Amino acid sequence: MVRLLINGEERQLDVAPETPLLWVIRDELGLTGTKFGCGIAMCGACTVHMDGFPIRSCSTAVADAEGSEITTIEAVNGKAAQAVQAAWEKLDVVQCGYCQSGQVMSAIALLSENQKPTDEDIDAAMSGNVCRCATYVRIRAAIHEAAEMMET
Amino acid sequence: MLAGLKDSAVSLTADAAPTAAPSRRQFLKASAAAGAGLVIGVTLLPGGGKIARAAAPAAAAPVDPNAFVRIAPDNTVTVAIKHIEFGQGTYTGLSTLVAEELDADWSQMRAEHAPADATLYNNLHWGPVQGTGGSSSIANSYMQMRQAGAGARAMLVMAAAEAWGVSPEEITVAKGVVSHAGSGQSATFGELAERAAAMEPPGEVTLKDPADFTLIGKHAPRLDSRAKSRGEAIYTMDKTLPGMLTAVIARPPIFGATLKSFDDTAARAVPGVTDVVAVPRGVAVVANGFWAASQGRDALTIEWDESTGETRGSAEIMAEYKRLADQPGTVARNDGAVEEAFASAARVLEAEYEFPFLSHAPMEPLDCLVDLKADSCDVWTGSQIPTVDHGAAVAISGLKPEQVRVHTLLAGGSFGRRATANADMVSEGVSVAKAIGGRAPVKVVWTREDDIQGGSYRPMYFHRLRAGLDENGNIVAWHHRIVGQSIVRDTPFAAALIQNGIDKTSVEGANTLPYAIPNLAVDLHTTDVKVPVLWWRAVGSTHTAYSTEAFIDEIAEAVGRDPVEYRLEMLAEHPRHAAVLKLAAEKAGWGEPAPAGRARGIAVHESFNSYVAEVAEVTVGDDGEIKVDKVVCAVDCGVAVNPDQIKAQMEGGIGYGLSAILREAVTLDGGRVEQSNFHDYTPLRINDMPEIEVHIVPSAEAPTGVGEPGTPPIGPAVANAVYSATGQRIRQLPMSLHGLTGA
Ligand code: FES
Ligand code: FES
Repeated sequence: MVRLLINGEERQLDVAPETPLLWVIRDELGLTGTKFGCGIAMCGACTVHMDGFPIRSCSTAVADAEGSEITTIEAVNGKAAQAVQAAWEKLDVVQCGYCQSGQVMSAIALLSENQKPTDEDIDAAMSGNVCRCATYVRIRAAIHEAAEMMET
Repeated sequence: MLAGLKDSAVSLTADAAPTAAPSRRQFLKASAAAGAGLVIGVTLLPGGGKIARAAAPAAAAPVDPNAFVRIAPDNTVTVAIKHIEFGQGTYTGLSTLVAEELDADWSQMRAEHAPADATLYNNLHWGPVQGTGGSSSIANSYMQMRQAGAGARAMLVMAAAEAWGVSPEEITVAKGVVSHAGSGQSATFGELAERAAAMEPPGEVTLKDPADFTLIGKHAPRLDSRAKSRGEAIYTMDKTLPGMLTAVIARPPIFGATLKSFDDTAARAVPGVTDVVAVPRGVAVVANGFWAASQGRDALTIEWDESTGETRGSAEIMAEYKRLADQPGTVARNDGAVEEAFASAARVLEAEYEFPFLSHAPMEPLDCLVDLKADSCDVWTGSQIPTVDHGAAVAISGLKPEQVRVHTLLAGGSFGRRATANADMVSEGVSVAKAIGGRAPVKVVWTREDDIQGGSYRPMYFHRLRAGLDENGNIVAWHHRIVGQSIVRDTPFAAALIQNGIDKTSVEGANTLPYAIPNLAVDLHTTDVKVPVLWWRAVGSTHTAYSTEAFIDEIAEAVGRDPVEYRLEMLAEHPRHAAVLKLAAEKAGWGEPAPAGRARGIAVHESFNSYVAEVAEVTVGDDGEIKVDKVVCAVDCGVAVNPDQIKAQMEGGIGYGLSAILREAVTLDGGRVEQSNFHDYTPLRINDMPEIEVHIVPSAEAPTGVGEPGTPPIGPAVANAVYSATGQRIRQLPMSLHGLTGA
């Protein structure tokens, strides 16, 4: 039995403790916004927040998430989340969209910590998130846009 | 991908189906679905004919699938999108065409994938095949979708005229509202939908004068942005059915090997594993979730028969290609008297280029969900060629065509990978479902390792180019030899795409070289290698643009000419190439010094009838680190339906191409793929991405595609810039092989 605090709810799950958090989120809890892209922490598609920090759920054992608060894209809220999602829509960042849950989660985490990120800050925070459609120009612009939205 | 099918698709099957000749009359067909409002379809009637309203379906029937436009009483307009949305924007682009002629308000537009039905939803450039590729979605749908919109509009107008007792000519439609100024009446589409469905459809519709466009050429935001920014979009990976099982497949370690025997004792002991079954592609482990299936696969012991497999390494294959290049190949183009011209040339230059296998690595690993029952088979997948996928499901399930349904879902990228002649995802899905007796719905999921190691690569190629120059530095002779595998040989596409022994996809971009060179020959050696290969974003142009545009740059430099002027002199007969080249050069400040520390390179290339020139500005560090700082791109794709999406596709195409030329390669050692995931098949990341500026040439020509054409020029533009920075000509890709790395 693993006890998980996810999206504000406590869940008891009958899974092996070493099961990756990603597959618990997707297959056990049916939350499909968090994506599988590589399984080895190299693409960021599976990014969720653990106590507000972005982590790769594909490479985090579910047991290691016990005692922490997990948030997936389905439940993000707050000023940074609103700004990021509004900016993403405003600039039409997405193409295929498959990486974008992870991109959005990383961007929210960045803006929650640093409300005026430079291009270098963006590179550092976002380079773990691959986008094969190469929407990077717009991801960068949307993060700057969201930072501006948060000021007002 | 699917380059050239547009020219010859009718030969795909014997009974010639209507093709996309713009002059062909199209006819509207409408039907009323009770309670669902107006349903309008446009079908091509090959022999001409009158428009007929389809027989009204039974009261409880679902909405007629024979439709492109559905106007519901809730005032939404839903467009059935016949081309898969995998990032390139078909949901938005095709809906824009409908909304334009319908005079809908953009906020009421919705999009959904059309079902697999090649008679209704075929690609008009391909004949009787439904599919997406060759950057053809907008190009083949431009008139069809506009006619669908115009037909629906006409019926709404007739309904309003009848309701208000006024003449249809006095009625106007704007932003989703139908009005009559004289009487002050107005109504929404939703309010008129039921009545409109009962109208006699118009015989023919008049399309708008482009001067009156309010959406085409303007900004229509993507219809899928919101869902995709919130994790709400459903891909095949996310689709579930009650009781669904998940399967992963152990496939042979080398291409062409076959299964000898396996021991599944340990695999079956993994909690959650329900079945271990042999399927044509290997051994499938089926479980109640992905993780158990994957653990089960790790626990398999398998013996493969490798005697029939490909055991060579990349180096051996390339060495053989080089040997082959010493022999004449099959002629793809032969203008003038090439060898005589070389014999009398004042100077001859030669260069050789090597290209590796490339993986598409779409962000969503391949996947397919199948629900097989005794008398039905439902398939959900990112279907790029529903006609092929449907055919494979029919063949493997043994059911009748009408018992098999293919449901296209959003796909997390493709870049060509989902357009396979053997329907690999669907074939595997149905095989596994059959092997477990259709006991439960089952989804086959590929891991990233399966994807990188699973073949269907952009082929390896070797190119040898020679140019003969006269004493003034003009090119008088050109010889281009290409060695590599055919993408379409032994597939159903061969009849359409291989002519006189030449696979068009191997030579496109080389045999269409636009430069005015009087004596020009291109020949091809098609090789036998047991590695499955496939079209990869821009297909032949991914290598031919590189070799031709890098070589032209080399020649210009050798004869002391400016690379832009030198090209322009040879492009008098190709004004669209010349125009994008000039525009990109001008916008990039070509001829003026580059910013401190940066060097520039330029390239121009046409693919899928779209013309793109790119100027790359690069910095090469002392450690060999290439930083592509900025790319200025000029594109001519005819009428620009959605300028912002054209920009997005240029940005994405440039990033995708850059990723490949900087450091992507699939290499074999003893037949085994050496890379396995994103740690050694290393995609471009945000810190590598240049600033990109896109300029669109205003044009009234028929619209052409933008999904692929942004990709080919970036390689040679960067290569030429790297030369300018370092004096080093990169003729073997990726650039990382030369001690040069992406930033
Ligand atoms: S799936 Fe977790 S980082 Fe790629
Ligand atoms: S939008 Fe397709 S991978 Fe990022």
